Amino acid sequence: MHKWPTIAVTTALIGAGFAVYPVARSIARDSDAQDFAQIEKGRRLATLADCSACHTQKDGGKPFAGGRPIETPFGKVLAPNITPDRETGIGNWSDEDFENAVRRGIDDEGNRLYPAMPYIYYTKMSRDDVKAIRAYLATVPAVHHEVHANQLPFPFSIRWTMNAWDWLFFTAGEFKPDKTKSPEWNRGAFLVNGPGHCGACHTPKNFLGGDKTDQAFQGYAIQGWFAPNITGDKTRGAGAMSIPDVVALLKSGHNAVTGVAGPMAEEVADSSSHFTDADLKAIATYLQTVSAGDAKPPAPVAQDDPQMKSGQAIYRDTCSACHGIDGNGVPSLFPSLVKAPQVRAADPTSNIRVVLRGARSAATGAEPTAPAMPSFGWQLKDDQIAAVLTYIRNSWGDAAAAVSADDVRKQRKDLADSDD
Amino acid sequence: MAISRRQLLATAAYCAAGTVAARARMISGALPWHPDAGTPPHPVRPGPWQFFTADEARAIEALADRIIPPDPKTPGGKESGCAVYLDRQLAGPYGRAEGDYDMGPFMPGLPNQGRQSKNGPAQQYRDWLAALDTYCLAHHGNKHFAELSDADKDAVLHALDEGKAKLEGVDGKKFVAQAVKDIQMGFFADPIYGGNRDMAGWKLIGFPGTRYNYLDWIDRHNERFPLPPVSLEGRAEWTTKAG
Amino acid sequence: MATKLPKKDVVIIGLGWTGSILAHELTDEGLDVIAIERGPWRDAATDYPPNYAQDELRYRIRHELFLRPDQTTFTFRNKMNQTALPIRSWGAFMPPNGVGGGGVHWNAETWRFLPTDFVLRTHLTERYGAGFLPQDMTIQDWGVTYDDLEPHYDQFEYLCGTCGNAGNLKGQIQQGGNPFEGPRSRPYPNPAQKQGFGHTLWAKAAAELGYKPFPQPSGNMSRPYVNPLGVRQGPCTYCGYCEWFGCGNYSKASPQTTVLPVLVRKSNFSFRDNSEVTRIETDRSGKRATGVTFVDTSGNEWEQPADLVILSAYAMFNVQLLLLSKIGEPYDPAANKGVIGRNFTHQTMSSVNGFFDKTKFNFNPFIASGAIGMCIDEFNGDNFDHGPLGFVGGGYLGQVQTNGRPIETSPVPKGTPKWGAEWKKNVADYYLSNLKGGSIHASMYSYRDVYLDLDPAYTDRFGRPLMRMTIDFHDNELKAAQYLTDKYAEIVKAMGAKIVEKEPRKGPYDVTKYQTTHLNGGAIMGADPKTSALNRYLQSWDVPNLFVMGASAFPQNAGYNPTGTVGALAFWAAKAIREQYLKKPGPLVDA
Repeated sequence: MHKWPTIAVTTALIGAGFAVYPVARSIARDSDAQDFAQIEKGRRLATLADCSACHTQKDGGKPFAGGRPIETPFGKVLAPNITPDRETGIGNWSDEDFENAVRRGIDDEGNRLYPAMPYIYYTKMSRDDVKAIRAYLATVPAVHHEVHANQLPFPFSIRWTMNAWDWLFFTAGEFKPDKTKSPEWNRGAFLVNGPGHCGACHTPKNFLGGDKTDQAFQGYAIQGWFAPNITGDKTRGAGAMSIPDVVALLKSGHNAVTGVAGPMAEEVADSSSHFTDADLKAIATYLQTVSAGDAKPPAPVAQDDPQMKSGQAIYRDTCSACHGIDGNGVPSLFPSLVKAPQVRAADPTSNIRVVLRGARSAATGAEPTAPAMPSFGWQLKDDQIAAVLTYIRNSWGDAAAAVSADDVRKQRKDLADSDD
Repeated sequence: MAISRRQLLATAAYCAAGTVAARARMISGALPWHPDAGTPPHPVRPGPWQFFTADEARAIEALADRIIPPDPKTPGGKESGCAVYLDRQLAGPYGRAEGDYDMGPFMPGLPNQGRQSKNGPAQQYRDWLAALDTYCLAHHGNKHFAELSDADKDAVLHALDEGKAKLEGVDGKKFVAQAVKDIQMGFFADPIYGGNRDMAGWKLIGFPGTRYNYLDWIDRHNERFPLPPVSLEGRAEWTTKAG
Repeated sequence: MATKLPKKDVVIIGLGWTGSILAHELTDEGLDVIAIERGPWRDAATDYPPNYAQDELRYRIRHELFLRPDQTTFTFRNKMNQTALPIRSWGAFMPPNGVGGGGVHWNAETWRFLPTDFVLRTHLTERYGAGFLPQDMTIQDWGVTYDDLEPHYDQFEYLCGTCGNAGNLKGQIQQGGNPFEGPRSRPYPNPAQKQGFGHTLWAKAAAELGYKPFPQPSGNMSRPYVNPLGVRQGPCTYCGYCEWFGCGNYSKASPQTTVLPVLVRKSNFSFRDNSEVTRIETDRSGKRATGVTFVDTSGNEWEQPADLVILSAYAMFNVQLLLLSKIGEPYDPAANKGVIGRNFTHQTMSSVNGFFDKTKFNFNPFIASGAIGMCIDEFNGDNFDHGPLGFVGGGYLGQVQTNGRPIETSPVPKGTPKWGAEWKKNVADYYLSNLKGGSIHASMYSYRDVYLDLDPAYTDRFGRPLMRMTIDFHDNELKAAQYLTDKYAEIVKAMGAKIVEKEPRKGPYDVTKYQTTHLNGGAIMGADPKTSALNRYLQSWDVPNLFVMGASAFPQNAGYNPTGTVGALAFWAAKAIREQYLKKPGPLVDA
């Protein structure tokens, strides 16, 4: 289940916009059903934009047929059916309708979409880009699948305040290259800020669900994980890894120091593992230059702190089985707890989560092994998990905020209600 | 040869009985996984006897202390929880001989053909303890096994083991051999099973427990391994001390 | 009435080592492959993570990962004139169950057989004369040579990441390896594992006695490894919970850690777990397999049609399924006719325990892996002159102690009281200073009266007859056992043991005492369809679109663990199927 950022929305059902049109209506289209090059471009862009991440149901859903729940703190939204089905999909939409939805957040009836649809990022794509995606989507099998997208309760079902939200947080417009930077950097900036929509998870949000653009890509807690800092920060962000390591992570799900799990594993499998090497390098190059912000790591927890002592015992007795006696892990298999940047994220949500629940890392053609972290929730109590995480985060020459038993207790309770 | 529907349904019942972890499924595309995957163990919790009657429990506790006597340095079988261990084992699948082939005909076999009786360990212990009780009451002044002096208890056990004394209706020698095996097993199994309390058995011999990584020790030959034992439930040092 | 499923190109019965290898090879050939596995899916993530895999009671004593006899078992007797009774709970061997089969919980000892092992009858007859062999010994040549299999041994070893020191590289003997092994084309993919104090000291004593000790070839990784398929393993951490257990940290070679992650991603591969194949179906002529019938956990019967059937269900179940499916003529020992069930063998295991002075020797037995150890091969196969000795065969001698698990490995010297204060004192005194892993891993050759057939009285839950084992030791093996045990004991004494206890194997064969799960034969390969079930490519002589993998193909057992050879034969057969059979389906060898 996807969880999307806080949104204060009041709109009618997105699905309500899919009224049945008279069959005779002609559809204005520039996308050329005969143009294979355009369809191929659209398919690649749909992969870059990872449309299927939301629009294809997990575990056997038909491609792009919608119905996948996206969680918001105000309730659920279901991603619509974007196959060419005329009744329940977008088969009746014009190209302009499609572009309005993707780049402006407006459906074919003029209603505002929830920013669960990341139009605030997709706006950076060009009109031609979006036409190409449309051309590709017009070739996927039509699936008759009715989706009532808006599951939000009143008053969030009222649309008109989306106008205000968009005015506050949405700047429409294509990506504008920075002429002082290389073509590769610009390509990376376009991919990350446009179709890649990385900020949707990795950029902190304010209470209304808008991006805190001054802290772009510095990390955000979503869906029970902490999507980590992917700025150029040399200890906490993508900057802590080399460009080839960032490329490897996006391409295969694993690199010398860490691996991805959870929603990012899905992203890698469906999306970035299919990017070209050039695009991956562009992304990695761009991210290295993103401002790290000025948060400083805290002073390390003292070695003789009771949490450090019990944490060390737990670490030696259990975690070291895979992560090694000195925390170095095994490249592309078990993350290095010394070097993996997400271990010392200010927000320990991901760390707590994988210890409580376990996680299966990404499986890709390049790295099929997909090793899994076992669940320790049955074995370790809240204070023990807090201690071992505090120990790990403050060992081997680095420091991060301690984890408390309360942090663990709260997350254990939250996870009990979720099924992934 | 054709398999009858009734026989197939017998399979369904068998599989539902719990040894098969999941229904038959078709797997393709990805390695199966789900959160909290796995079947972690269920630690034995202290509480009332689940299998033994009060009398049987007394006898087993007394047995446990003869098989593993307490001494000033280390606890005996009773204090280490070996009777609790055996109680929970006999109350569970082991006691029921679950998983064993139990179709007849049951015919006596040679020793090297293995167990051929219908009775699983649970029934065996019931029969053995009843016979032991009868024997002690008859030969030791109307006292139960647990009421005998330590020397007398030892004498009874040795006599049975050497075939010098016989239990009525059951094989006394086999009883002693199995009881020794089970009590010692409780002494050395992980404490989650009720015995080896505080890892007393492991501390006695110097076994470090459930540790998994000895890469820094494989090359250290003829040196005493210094770390204390740990079990599946951890050790005291895992708890953060207050203040 | 079974429900028919859509046809596949290939159906594979059993998804263990050989099933996984065949599935991988045949899907690479573009075929649509389905595997049907009797037991459940399992891997480290879902079944044996390193925070509860290390449970001796659960996995070593209660055998949770293994088949339950109430699902399938066998009956047993020593001699033909006895009544076989069911094995109600396992003892002498422990059949696997589940995806990965025995590959999940094996030791990972990964040996090659000797060149002479494959041409045993020819070789021994040439050297010692036909009269030297017992009349009722039915050993045979395999139909393949070591040279045929060498590239496939190499394939299996590189798939697994086997760790060792080469002893013979292209004919050049190498220091530190097994000087008796057949020539290998290249070194092992990984260096040998590290050895503990006991193993090292034993090797030193053996060397001083003039032997050439070498590290046991191990499928527990000595370092991180990525195999040719791109699947990764981590380094073995010498946890001491190896055989009987699943490996919690991806460092023991198994189908799960070498093949399945790649296999499961192929769109032309799928498998069903918890589905038991009950019969291989053949057409009316009986010469062509049409697929298999299997039963799921709800009791539903299904038919999976296929053009090619691979039987890879473990040696014993292979033979059982052939008998129940009426494929091949069942062996009749009295008439000495028939092939299914003949040349059934196990392993002849002996041991030596050493007890040392605890003030001088600390072996830390709990620091070990499943295939750790130092071995000598001077007394294996025909590596030594049997002329004056009056027996044939042999085995490796290895100090291969794999664990210090306290229930299993807390011995006291013979004569010590089995319980009480004396026992308590001795078990504590000797725990760190005992060497229990003294292994004499000797061959069992085949005999006319050691065989498999269907039991006349006992059935499984489907009403099908159980398979019956008729097996006992012959003098040849018992003589070899005594001889080898004596040799081993000399080494332990030379180490400085206070007490040396010899435990040579004695008859009769006892189904309650564990002696490895290396059961072999019953569907053997060979050059002559009158005395073998399979041709040299493991293809059934009777049903050309059926290939039968596994140690059921061994005409007799050698003095080594079988899995290396089982893996090599699987790759060898896969090659024949891909390059010959698929191009022209039919018998690959003229009968």
